Amino acid sequence: MSEKLYSYTALFDTPNDIIHAAKTVTEKGYTKFDVNTPYPIHGMDAAMKLPPSKLGFVTLFAGLGGTALALLMMGWMMGIDYPIVIGGKPFFPLPAFIPITFEITVLLATLTTVGALLFFFFKLPNNRHPLHDTNYMKNVSSDKYGICIETEDPKFNAEEIKELFASLHASTIEPVYFDDDEVNFKVVVADPKFLGFLVAVALFVSLSAYLHLNKLLYIVPFSWMDEQEKIVVQKKNDLFDNGLGMQEPVQGSVARGFIPYPFKDKPEEAGKLLVNPLIPDKDNLEVGKNKYNIYCSPCHGYLAEGDSRLNDQFPNPPSLHSEKVRTWSDGRLYHVIVEGQNVMPSYSYQLSRQERWAVVNYLRVLQRSLNAKETDL
Amino acid sequence: MSSGLNNNIDYVKKDLPPLINKIGIGLTIVGLILVVLAYFTDPTRSAFNNIILLMFLTSIGLGSLFLVAIEYLGGAVWSTPFRRIAEVFGAVLLILPIVAIPIYFNLHDLYHWTHAEVVATDKILSHKSPYLNETFFTIRIIGYFVIWFLFYFIITRISQKQDTTGDQNLTKKNVKNSAIFIPFFAITLTFASIDWMMSLEPHWFSTIFGVYYFSGTFLSALAIITFFVVYLNEKGVFGTGVVSDHYYSFGALLYGFINFWAYIAFSQFMLIWYANLPEETFWFLNRWEGSWLIFSIAFIFIHFLVPFFALVSQPSKTNGARLKFMSIWLLVAHFLDLYFLVMPTFSPDGVALGWIELGFFLLAFGLVFLIFSYKAKSVNLLPVGDPKLKRGLDFRL
Repeated sequence: MSEKLYSYTALFDTPNDIIHAAKTVTEKGYTKFDVNTPYPIHGMDAAMKLPPSKLGFVTLFAGLGGTALALLMMGWMMGIDYPIVIGGKPFFPLPAFIPITFEITVLLATLTTVGALLFFFFKLPNNRHPLHDTNYMKNVSSDKYGICIETEDPKFNAEEIKELFASLHASTIEPVYFDDDEVNFKVVVADPKFLGFLVAVALFVSLSAYLHLNKLLYIVPFSWMDEQEKIVVQKKNDLFDNGLGMQEPVQGSVARGFIPYPFKDKPEEAGKLLVNPLIPDKDNLEVGKNKYNIYCSPCHGYLAEGDSRLNDQFPNPPSLHSEKVRTWSDGRLYHVIVEGQNVMPSYSYQLSRQERWAVVNYLRVLQRSLNAKETDL
Repeated sequence: MSSGLNNNIDYVKKDLPPLINKIGIGLTIVGLILVVLAYFTDPTRSAFNNIILLMFLTSIGLGSLFLVAIEYLGGAVWSTPFRRIAEVFGAVLLILPIVAIPIYFNLHDLYHWTHAEVVATDKILSHKSPYLNETFFTIRIIGYFVIWFLFYFIITRISQKQDTTGDQNLTKKNVKNSAIFIPFFAITLTFASIDWMMSLEPHWFSTIFGVYYFSGTFLSALAIITFFVVYLNEKGVFGTGVVSDHYYSFGALLYGFINFWAYIAFSQFMLIWYANLPEETFWFLNRWEGSWLIFSIAFIFIHFLVPFFALVSQPSKTNGARLKFMSIWLLVAHFLDLYFLVMPTFSPDGVALGWIELGFFLLAFGLVFLIFSYKAKSVNLLPVGDPKLKRGLDFRL
């Protein structure tokens, strides 16, 4: 243990005294000195002749960096990498970016300022200073105002400084000694105790997060309405004898907009009794062509010749230009669309009633293109 | 005159630098000649410019009175030495009725809603007619003037009385008066801006318009006071007590309200831009077409970006020359702000800047300087009886 003199300190009772002391010490030409007060004192910067802090530049450039980062990030994500039209705005909607740009600017500026303050200006993780744990520090952190002149000052002379402090009417004047070993102590980050502590903290945080998110959240009353006092479709319902959550419709009910098909499994009757309600015109032929090309052409071919692009992948459908199909009535064709035939499934879900008749009309057009009547010439 | 009533300071009333009076008289005469000529050549355009002049002077006068009030309410110490300057600028309010009179002679050229036959066929305007009609308009305007004059006289009289009596209860009284003034200020300022400026486009509405005008009001009042404080202090009118730490406070406040203005202006723009409703967007489209586009984009730089970077650092806020320059800059910016609010209604096709606008611009500054030099002759420029004065002068960062 080698005790060395670090500085001479003086304590004062009022803020005015400390301002006066700081001014005098500055005027005497001392440079390595500091003032410690319980709270910031107005006018101290001027009394100590401190230059303006450089911290502002950190904030400024971090802020400008945040602005650039935010604009580049959003511009790239929303304009280049994955452009999506939102509300009909352009892919680089600057006004919409401004609030986020502002927030990222402020966030980066503040975090960098605090970080710079802690690690650059305060020199963390170093937390050793000769003034720590001294009578002087105890006083200036409660109700006294202190000044300390370090031995490193080129003008340092213990006797002169004592006289100077006495002439300023300091209430206490005392030297501060320090221990070389203690001050030169280096913080070891890879210390097993410290790392163990970090692991323990990480385990504690993740465990409590797990318990919170997976257990605590589902304890009543935090069940977030997962359990509700109502009967849903697949649940048991004690109100009715059959115990079903959703009751079956009454026998013979017809859904809204639904018209039952009366010719189920009766193709001949359908051929005789069903009448095409659509007179072929440009509109319904357009609809028919559209629907035919979507639903029928994959198998029957665009020209209904049975030569589709799916040829040979399963039994080929016959040509629709055969004598049999040409002589079928519209109603018979309609029936095939509704019920299907052989391998052909029903298309009643894909095509509405109107569309089915439109397809029938379009098919008639296709048939006449190969077997035109004399009157068509 | 020296006073040791509550403060142990030596203040001797000095003559103002004669330059203020000269500039005031010069600008006012040139401005008046141009304005009179303008009214003979193009009365409609002049009337629109007259609104800008009126709103600019309202900004200076009412903003200064507001600064006095918040200084009392906040119990601010650093600004106490400059309260009298703000009170003197409050006198600009007194000239407003005279400036408002020419608007009355051109009411039909300015305001679409004053045409009864238009209102009758326009569903929106007829719904708004219980508010937007000439009788109620007149009643409201008179109401604003009465309220403003009342509070101006009450607050400044009490403040000046303290110079001779030093009675500390007068401060308490004015704190109460200020507290009453603030809600009146908020309501009258909002409705004055709606009546005089927003109703130029009676189909358009923006609920933030009053706040937008307030941000400019506060900024311009602060700017003119900053300019005069720095200038007069350099001429030694305040004695030796005012230092760069006081400048810093003005600079910081100016800087804050530059940002406040930008925040409010952007809020108004972004909501309208985002919602994209035709009844709102046309107002900005008028300012986004032809030469107005250049004006609008330049205006972002003039009113926000340039002052922002000019005042961002600590040394620039304590530099007297920089502060004076930026104060004048911000006053011009506020004038352009009002121009941006008012003139697109008159000339939607493009920016109309000519000698008529110059005349009103010169008159605005001339009147402010002239009223200051006239009013400041008769009062102490420091509130020598105020118990906070000594602490205000001792204010350090």
